[in-house]
Amino acid sequence: MRRYFARKVLTYALAFFVGVTIDWAIPHLMPGDPVQLYLSNFNLKPAGYEALYKTMSQAFGTNLPLWEQYLHYWKGLLTGNWGISFWDFPAPVSTLIFQALPYTLALLVPAIVLSYIIGNRLGAAAARRKVLDNSVLPVGYVFQAIPYPWLALALPFLLGVVWHVFPISGGYDRGLIPAFSWTFISSLLYHWFLPFLTVFLVSLGGWAIGMRNLVIYELENDSSRYLRALGARERVVRRYAYRSASLPQLSGLALALGVVVGGSIVTEYAFSYPGIGRLIFQAISNQDYFLLQGIFIFIIIGVLVANFIIDIVYVTVDPRTRLSMQGASS
Amino acid sequence: MSALKGSSPAPVAVVGGPAPEPAAPAPPRRRGEFLYYALHNSKVIFGLSLELVFVLAAIFGPIISPHNMTDFFASNQPPSGQHWLGTDNLGHDLFAEVVNGLQVSYMVGAIGAVCAAFVGMALGFAAGWRGGLLDEVLQMITNIVVMIPALVLLIVIGAYLKTRGILFEGAFIGLTTWPWVARAVRAQTFTLKSREFVDLARLSGKRGISIVVREIAPNMASYLFLVVILLFGTSMLLAANFDFLGLGPTTGTSLGNIMNQSTLWSALQLHYWWWFLPPGILLTGMVAALLIANVGLDEVFNPKLREQ
Repeated sequence: MRRYFARKVLTYALAFFVGVTIDWAIPHLMPGDPVQLYLSNFNLKPAGYEALYKTMSQAFGTNLPLWEQYLHYWKGLLTGNWGISFWDFPAPVSTLIFQALPYTLALLVPAIVLSYIIGNRLGAAAARRKVLDNSVLPVGYVFQAIPYPWLALALPFLLGVVWHVFPISGGYDRGLIPAFSWTFISSLLYHWFLPFLTVFLVSLGGWAIGMRNLVIYELENDSSRYLRALGARERVVRRYAYRSASLPQLSGLALALGVVVGGSIVTEYAFSYPGIGRLIFQAISNQDYFLLQGIFIFIIIGVLVANFIIDIVYVTVDPRTRLSMQGASS
Repeated sequence: MSALKGSSPAPVAVVGGPAPEPAAPAPPRRRGEFLYYALHNSKVIFGLSLELVFVLAAIFGPIISPHNMTDFFASNQPPSGQHWLGTDNLGHDLFAEVVNGLQVSYMVGAIGAVCAAFVGMALGFAAGWRGGLLDEVLQMITNIVVMIPALVLLIVIGAYLKTRGILFEGAFIGLTTWPWVARAVRAQTFTLKSREFVDLARLSGKRGISIVVREIAPNMASYLFLVVILLFGTSMLLAANFDFLGLGPTTGTSLGNIMNQSTLWSALQLHYWWWFLPPGILLTGMVAALLIANVGLDEVFNPKLREQ
């Protein structure tokens, strides 16, 4: 067991190293020069441009050889100094990220968790019940098959443009300044609802169908047969089936929550929502190395922590996987 | 990093719940039995016939379309007898664009599915069969591919290409979605590997590759088949996401492209519903038909799932 964990920790550390390296390399592989791009915002004379270009590249370290930039990156990463954004010039990367993070988390975490809870309940209830199954299943498939961009167009069209119930873009009313006041918070909620609804609906089908299939397997299991043979009521059998079917679903939830930090680019693009996804889009179009790298770190950590939790939960909760893991390691 | 990849919560692919119990080595009459159940399963019949309608529309649509995709007419016309799905802001006939988009979506989906299935199965079998260090390394690679922001990678690669074609988009989708296939195949291989008939094959001195190909793969053939169908649908949805962000093929018009154009020209605010509603409805139908056929086939292959 200890050997198993030691090996896991080692591979996760390696994955972290490689992931960080790749995420450093990808923005640097982009053609073009971020300093040049930044300075093109200003109307400079050639001499002034030269001087500014030199100072800026020195300040950002883009004139250094690549390996030196890479070492600086690791140093900054470990000391918590993530650099200054090109796009939003004097703002530190961490400030930008922490400004956008609450929007993304408030949007995606409730949507994913709620769809998980409701989808699982629906799916479990539908399993092996003819009438429910024949209604939940087709609806679930249609929801799973909807291309997200379309939902992000159709719902705002219906609820925003035609019926004028909800605003179709932005994180809050454009005339407001973020503050801890009732008007601002109500505006936040008002703008939050439509993007939330689209993400919620589009994730619902997957959970429901997955749970339905899992529960059917569990109900056909020998353990369920044994329970029935003991004279347990169907409700009890179902409750046990639900519990053992929850494990794979939980790992799916952990994975979905692991990548939440990365935001949902399409959602935030479609609704002009001021979260991490839109920040990524801005960072890419402005070649903002430091901003991109900063966001990537969050994503890497999220994915690795989620996977690690799944590994631990499986091994501690489900003895069968423990056996096969050890069998695999021998 | 599927948050970027799917951007919308990535379509969660679920194949018939947990590792379906691999069937015992099949007696010869088994194939006829599958066919019998397939032809008597309403989900399979419904899903496949619906899919057939879309495929026929993709093939024959351009022929029956009264207009060419590149012709110009009066712009922003609502649907009429003249233009069945109206026209866009440039005056292109939207029906002609949509049927062309059907073809593009199918092609991207097929290429993506084949690439992902190939890579995922190769790595999944290798990791599951060999286990040990190789397994650990392959799992690490899988984790890293999950972490790489697919969308950013797409933009970076795209910046070097003069044009992004259908082939590129399909291959890119395939090469970033294989991880869950690899995971599933690996897990299945683990459970099959300890079966008696595999031990027997090993005792008879067969090489590893031939055991995997001849003994293990056939026993999960039905599962692999379902995986490919699911990948097909998932790839089409992912392509729609990319296209919607303006990262789709620059040559040719896909369904996602049409939706992207409609947002760029504020079709939403201008009430040009005929521009953005039909492509999404069609794509939903295409993928839903696949999923329904998929669950039906799952019942055909796994007697446990059949309705009693």
